[in-house]
Amino acid sequence: MLIVHCPHCGVQADETELTNGGQAHLRRFGPGSSDAEFEAYMFARKNPKGVHFERWRHSYGCGKWFIAARCTATLEVFGTYPAQTTEPPAAIIATIKKRRPEWEGSE
Amino acid sequence: MRRYSAFAIAREALRHHLGWERAWASPEPRAAYDVVIVGAGGHGLATAYYLGKNFGITNVAVIEKGWLGGGNTGRNTTIIRSNYLQDPSAAIYEKSRSLYETLSQDLNYNVMFSPRGVMMLAQTHHEVRGYLRTAHANVLQGVETEWIGPDRVKELCPIMNIDGPRYPVLGALWQPRGGTARHDAVAWGYARACSAMGMHIIQQCEVTGVRSEAGQVTGVDTTKGFIGCKKLGMVVAGHSSVLAEKAGFRLPIESMALQALVSEPIKPCMDVVVMANTVHGYMSQSDKGEMVIGGGTDSFNNYTQRGSFHHIEETLRALIETFPMLSRLKMLRQWGGIVDMTGDRSPIISKTPLGGCFVNCGWGTGGFKAIPGSGWAMAELMAKGEPGPLAEEFSMYRFREGRFIDESVAAGVAH
Repeated sequence: MLIVHCPHCGVQADETELTNGGQAHLRRFGPGSSDAEFEAYMFARKNPKGVHFERWRHSYGCGKWFIAARCTATLEVFGTYPAQTTEPPAAIIATIKKRRPEWEGSE
Repeated sequence: MRRYSAFAIAREALRHHLGWERAWASPEPRAAYDVVIVGAGGHGLATAYYLGKNFGITNVAVIEKGWLGGGNTGRNTTIIRSNYLQDPSAAIYEKSRSLYETLSQDLNYNVMFSPRGVMMLAQTHHEVRGYLRTAHANVLQGVETEWIGPDRVKELCPIMNIDGPRYPVLGALWQPRGGTARHDAVAWGYARACSAMGMHIIQQCEVTGVRSEAGQVTGVDTTKGFIGCKKLGMVVAGHSSVLAEKAGFRLPIESMALQALVSEPIKPCMDVVVMANTVHGYMSQSDKGEMVIGGGTDSFNNYTQRGSFHHIEETLRALIETFPMLSRLKMLRQWGGIVDMTGDRSPIISKTPLGGCFVNCGWGTGGFKAIPGSGWAMAELMAKGEPGPLAEEFSMYRFREGRFIDESVAAGVAH
């Protein structure tokens, strides 16, 4: 079972308390954008085998959104942080680089 | 290829069974082929088979990073049906179901297709309306299904409790010609037939890169060296995004874990397939006597081929009201597969931004039933370079163009 730390209320929440919200740090494209941009925003999700940044909501807890950095190949959670940010904090990036030296991606 | 027959069994019985051949050869890869297909699961092998059978293209290699049929082909609940709402889906799944009917004869390999009938239970009024609509659509599509009431459901499946307080059975969408088949045999049968046409099936050979020149694919780098090709077919289910990234494009796919489980074997008690979409559970009884149960997908991206335990718990908890006998059964084995989900829960059989490279993926939670039809449509696409009538609606560009084949709304869940 996946256990994720909620950065808002501090609970070690298991996945039955949480709702997955898909890829994090998406840039929103709306009216006025090109078809390709809107398609990429709407459907072409990153689907990496490895480090992935994703949104979670602590639905059956504090109810707030946060972002988790997780490995989709091992389910290891590298860290979590509140959703009110456009990029991952440096500390999370440092943790990932330590655990996955070969990782060269970004969010 | 020596044909299997009653005569062959008699002949071998008289000479200590020394005359059986290996079902397929395991050659070393050549430097280049006309067509390379990545992924020796059901869909990949079926693509190769129909390339040879329908189009005479036999200079083909099917390469597989693990073992043949070891991915989702060996990890599903083997249900075959075609009672879909949308026309493009009904067309390809019905083609597939009809090919299954004669597949054993066609391949000279017993795939144990068992048209025992599939019923999809309606347990809410919303579902009743939905399935009535599907039944009408199926009439127009030429797919034989019928709406049946609770009494008929009970008659077809007596172990069912139709008067549950929470999920009463209000009726069902019944497809008498749906059923199950032996999943491994489908992969093995196609592999044997491909091998007999001179195609190469290369196992334990992982693709590490895709090479191209001037926007045209030239081959793949693998753990057994470079293999050149004029056309490349990617048929790798859960790992489609990973392979597409190597080829330099992104697919509208997310990979998730889907689980299934079987009970201890018991005497025959159920001779139909039952799907209960309200509670995310479906069940049939295997020839060995195990109750084969499938559940829902996990909610998050996952490549681990194992799912979360609470999903199994939820599936069984919900099914027990409709099948009270399950509460007395021990569950024997559980497994997971990585399914590739698209935004509209319909598959992709498509050209790609890379010339000569074609993709067949996105079958999500219901790929097994589609194997022959998918291979048929993919072979046509690869041979002609343009999609035929079965595949044309399943282009990966439909998301940009807003032409969804929205089975996620039509089916609700499992399909």
